[in-house]
Amino acid sequence: MGSMWAGRFTATWNRATGGRLKPSRAVKIPALLAIWSGPYSTNIFAPKGTPAQSIFGLSVFVLGICLAIFLIVGGLLTFAVIRYRSRPGDEDSEPPQIYGSNLVELSWTVIPILIIVVLFLASTRIIFVTQKAAKPANALDVVVIGHQYWWEYRYPKLGIVTANELHVPVSDPEHPQVTYLTMSSADTDHSFWVPELAGKTDLIPNKVNTMWIDPTRAGLYLGQCAQYCGVQHAKMLIRVYADTPEQFSAWVADQQKVALQAPSAAEGREVFLHNACVNCHSVSGTDAKGIFGPDLSHVGGRATIASGAVQNTPENLRAFINNPADFKPGALMPAMHLNDHDLNAVTQYLSTLK
Amino acid sequence: MSTVAAVANPTGDEWKQPSRGMVGMACLIAAESAIFVIFVVAYIYYTGKSLSGPTPREVLNLPIFSTICLLSSSITVHFAVHELQGSRIGRFIAWLASTVLLGGIFIASTALEWYELIYHDGLTIRTNLFGTTFYSLVGLHASHVIAGLIMLGLALIFALQGKVNAHHTERFEVLSVYWHFVDAVWVVVFTVVYVLGR
Amino acid sequence: MATHTSAAAVAGLPQTMRRPGGVLSVVQEWVTTVDHKKIGLMYIGYALIFLVIAGAEALLMRVQLAVPNNHFVSPQVFNRLFTMHGTTMVFFVGMPILFGFGNYLVPLMIGARDMAFPRLNSFSFWISAFGGVLLYFSYFAGSGLYGAGTAPDVGWFAYAPLTSKVFSPGHSTDYWTLSVLLSGVGSIGTALNIVATALTMRCKGMKLSRMPLLVWIYVVMSGIAFVAVSPLTAAQIMLVIDRYLGGHFFDTQAGGSAVLWMHFFWIFGHPEVYILVLPAFGFANEIIPVFSRKAIFGYPAMVAASVGIAFVSLGVWAHHMFTVGMGPDANAFFTFSTMVVAVPTGIKIFNWLATIWGGNIRFATPMIFSIGFLFQFLIAGLTGVMLAVSPFDWQLGNSYFVVAHFHYVLVGAILFMIFAAFYYWYPKITGRMLSEKLGKWHFWLLVFGFHMTFDFMHVPGLLGMPRRVYTYEADRGWGDWNMIVSIGAIFQTISVLVFVYNLVRSYYKGEIAGPDPWDAWTLEWSTSSPPPSYNFAELPTVSSRRPLWDLKHPDDPDSNYE
Ligand code: HEA
Ligand code: HEA
Ligand code: HEC
Ligand code: CUA
Ligand SMILES: [Cu+2]
Repeated sequence: MGSMWAGRFTATWNRATGGRLKPSRAVKIPALLAIWSGPYSTNIFAPKGTPAQSIFGLSVFVLGICLAIFLIVGGLLTFAVIRYRSRPGDEDSEPPQIYGSNLVELSWTVIPILIIVVLFLASTRIIFVTQKAAKPANALDVVVIGHQYWWEYRYPKLGIVTANELHVPVSDPEHPQVTYLTMSSADTDHSFWVPELAGKTDLIPNKVNTMWIDPTRAGLYLGQCAQYCGVQHAKMLIRVYADTPEQFSAWVADQQKVALQAPSAAEGREVFLHNACVNCHSVSGTDAKGIFGPDLSHVGGRATIASGAVQNTPENLRAFINNPADFKPGALMPAMHLNDHDLNAVTQYLSTLK
Repeated sequence: MSTVAAVANPTGDEWKQPSRGMVGMACLIAAESAIFVIFVVAYIYYTGKSLSGPTPREVLNLPIFSTICLLSSSITVHFAVHELQGSRIGRFIAWLASTVLLGGIFIASTALEWYELIYHDGLTIRTNLFGTTFYSLVGLHASHVIAGLIMLGLALIFALQGKVNAHHTERFEVLSVYWHFVDAVWVVVFTVVYVLGR
Repeated sequence: MATHTSAAAVAGLPQTMRRPGGVLSVVQEWVTTVDHKKIGLMYIGYALIFLVIAGAEALLMRVQLAVPNNHFVSPQVFNRLFTMHGTTMVFFVGMPILFGFGNYLVPLMIGARDMAFPRLNSFSFWISAFGGVLLYFSYFAGSGLYGAGTAPDVGWFAYAPLTSKVFSPGHSTDYWTLSVLLSGVGSIGTALNIVATALTMRCKGMKLSRMPLLVWIYVVMSGIAFVAVSPLTAAQIMLVIDRYLGGHFFDTQAGGSAVLWMHFFWIFGHPEVYILVLPAFGFANEIIPVFSRKAIFGYPAMVAASVGIAFVSLGVWAHHMFTVGMGPDANAFFTFSTMVVAVPTGIKIFNWLATIWGGNIRFATPMIFSIGFLFQFLIAGLTGVMLAVSPFDWQLGNSYFVVAHFHYVLVGAILFMIFAAFYYWYPKITGRMLSEKLGKWHFWLLVFGFHMTFDFMHVPGLLGMPRRVYTYEADRGWGDWNMIVSIGAIFQTISVLVFVYNLVRSYYKGEIAGPDPWDAWTLEWSTSSPPPSYNFAELPTVSSRRPLWDLKHPDDPDSNYE
């Protein structure tokens, strides 16, 4: 077990540092942390994408230096405290008074300066590698807009608008496939943070930020909003699906279709279209063009609702529409006070929107 | 009193420290400068960023006359200090009075300018970013002028009552330093708002 | 008091006017006082009350976070709790308690009879005190339209545009700005007073190069306050203009900028943390030498390092904004400037180490708190350096790692040194010693609780837990860590209760201290405990940095070496 981790982290380390720095023992500590994490890992020391990986390499280096400083300075302090404790008999005399020494003073000025220069150069390298990376021609563009307590994702070139569950193609090291996120906010500040893929980037109204991700393994990645944005900041969760190329094309094709209008759900559809729902929600192919809340064209195809806070089962969906505050007190969707019949119909309708 | 005896004094009798009032005023000026810097930065940052009119170019005129008044009041207050030091109270009152007058003219013309802006050009603090930053910055400065005028005015009243003499020079000098500071700030505000910002 | 009564008797006033009703006269005496010692004590007492309040808020948060998906408090209440906790701890615990000690100690240590501007001093205290009351008044009166009162819930750095009328209707945010604004005005007033006192009222012979390091540090800290607290005041004025007059400084819908507020806030916020930590350094500068029985090592370097920290701290603010999208150049610049602070700070750590080195360390309570401080500050500084590495911060920023970092400094360094200062100067202030036995209990409980809470708080941060969340999902693996953290907070609470008990008990039953219980060297120990209202019967004269050392060792005075 141990050696497996060590091997994997050595590889990571070499990649991140360009093989120039030898891995230290400190590497094992993050490796331990990786084991402690839960089933859905949001561990910053378990990188599965280039930006997270290079940060990880840098952080191990920094941790190592800081640990060394701690051991040396802390060791000296411990030694001094024990060695120079007052012993019986010391009360009557004062120890020799020493007022200072310029030479000593100089040495503990210069050494820290050297250390910070090293730390600074190592950081700068990663800053530029990450933030100034050239955008590959085949990069997928996604516009991310933060809303109070949910995420809007737009794929301008693919004509897709969706919410809360981001789908991106997985990146094979042989054929890197980068996704570029262009981000802004519709209301307050938010921050997009999926620890295993990359560091966080804020979404700020009137400002456009960019970041990129390239998940190296297919699967689901979790994260959550990392800038306090209001009451339900805690339940503004992020789900990123890294799809294989086939899965991704299938997903895109699905999303590009006009929302399915199953005849069996016609009644629910009428309820939906004749209630205030349409003021806030859009469903493609209908008159519902609201933009305040998440796009519902394919809501039935999502695994969760309410920005990852609730599993998307018919019961949950019904309960959520009935009173969103049951799951997410403070969410900006009001309880719609539909009667049981309408509620069931709407739920049924939304579930069919795959 | 169980006070431990003080240590003998080997330093001789010379023991001078800076004036309390001046140090206090210097600190106040440092703090006030920082406040102005923030407002000036906000003004510069938002120049040209308003989403709607009116723009500075459309509505602002150079307040040359009032600027001259304010700046010359720095000179008059300097003379006032000088005369007070020499115990020439009559002349002191004259210089002090002209300082108050010049400052008063400055405030009056600011008031006039604002009246024009609000009622003729329709620019209020709510109109756009320019309105917000303009009234805040100029208003912040004007409030300092008013504070200075109140204190100078009080000094004038006391002087007219014959309660001021050369012993008060230091205090009055502290006040005059504040007044110089207010003038210096105006130079910055003037440059930023009326010269660069237009 | 005695002279007062007899003077009244001479004037032949009626009995009732000579001795006005007991409690009322005491209240009146304290409310109208301009004595720096009384004002200092009021600052301290007021801060202690708020420490308990804000600590209780922290406890409530810890209860809520102990297990995932907890329903102990609602999200709204939780958001108010951390806002009130942070704001209170910084503005109404940290600042006043440090200004309180400054007020009490600076004149005594420089051999003066009072502060330079006693009336301004009392004004500053009352205006700050009013700010704190206003903040808590919001619980009752926060929002007219939205039902019962609400406390502010915008976080202690209150990022725009969350603070605009659109996103924060009602009045709770107004209470926040106004109270912080008032506290800022009070702080600037006191800072001004401290500088003027230290620069113009030193006793004969006390050149700047002989001023106790604590006083130096208070001067430097006040200097930072002028240039750092004022920007906050300015920004709060802008926010008030936005909220009350319809201005657009931070109104993103009218083209205003959310980032501008961040800059303004952190131009204040970063130096602010050094305002808070410098006095803690100052206490260490006084306590560590006395209990190591050695002169401070490298006095000039210590002064230079303080001044250096002050200057550098003004140019590092944007390390709180590494994720805002400032671009690689700015990120690199602020990474560097932030790390530069490690150099002067390191100098301090090493000088303390060298002071201990070769001494005879006496482990009295003030000293053990200082030793705890040295270790904890070292760790806190190193986690700070990790955060300064901006790519690392892209992961760590706004996570519980940051929360752990700053509690390590604010509690592990500052609160520890504040407690050390209590044990050290309580005898001077009251004339009685604090119980050493209770002191040791206090210390060990606090050390244990502190490490249990804040060591383990780093971990959920590394595992991706953001701060300011009222609850979290069960499948993230954060639950156990949070449980440990919450249990640690209970130990801290018990330790604070022991401390409060010690304060009260020792006031009545403590050992009588005498003027100089620690065999110390600075001037405050040359007058009686508690000092008379005029401090010194005869103003002292000094000829070295350690006047009482010279007095005690006439054969080998410090003045031979300086
Ligand atoms: C008194 C309080 C205090 C102090 C002293 C410090 C000290 C430092 N802090 Fe901390 N900090 C806070 C209080 C404090 N901080 C608070 C409250 C926040 C969060 C605010 C919020 O978001 O709510 C914060 C947040 C914060 C951040 C932003 C994190 C984020 O939000 O993303 C950063 C990033 O750079 C940082 C860095 C540092 C550094 C580099 C120091 C340095 O000064 C430390 C220097 C000390 C040492 C390094 C140790 C001793 C030195 C040596 C032994 C020499 C050898 C060492 C080397 C050469 C490395 N701090
Ligand atoms: C000086 C500053 C200071 C101090 C001393 C503390 C002390 C403590 N803090 Fe605080 N904290 C901040 C400053 C400080 N904090 C700031 C600035 C923030 C950021 C706010 C924001 O994000 O906006 C913060 C945020 C913060 C959070 C993060 C909230 C979040 O992001 O969601 C947490 C969570 O655990 C926390 C916990 C604690 C604990 C357990 C203590 C303990 O050390 C407290 C120990 C003290 C006591 C416990 C008092 C004793 C109480 C009694 C004797 C009364 C007993 C009463 C009852 C039993 C009802 N603090
Ligand atoms: C006032 C605006 C508003 C109205 C009216 C409204 N919603 Fe919503 N709705 C929202 C917002 C905002 C959210 C996002 C809540 C969150 O996650 O914080 C949302 C979320 C949802 C979701 C979950 C979507 C997802 O992907 O997470 C569903 C389903 C939904 N609404 C259905 C409805 C139905 C059905 C109606 C009408 C009966 C309705 N809404 C009326 C604003 C509204
Ligand atoms: Cu969105 Cu926090
Ligand atoms: Cu900082």
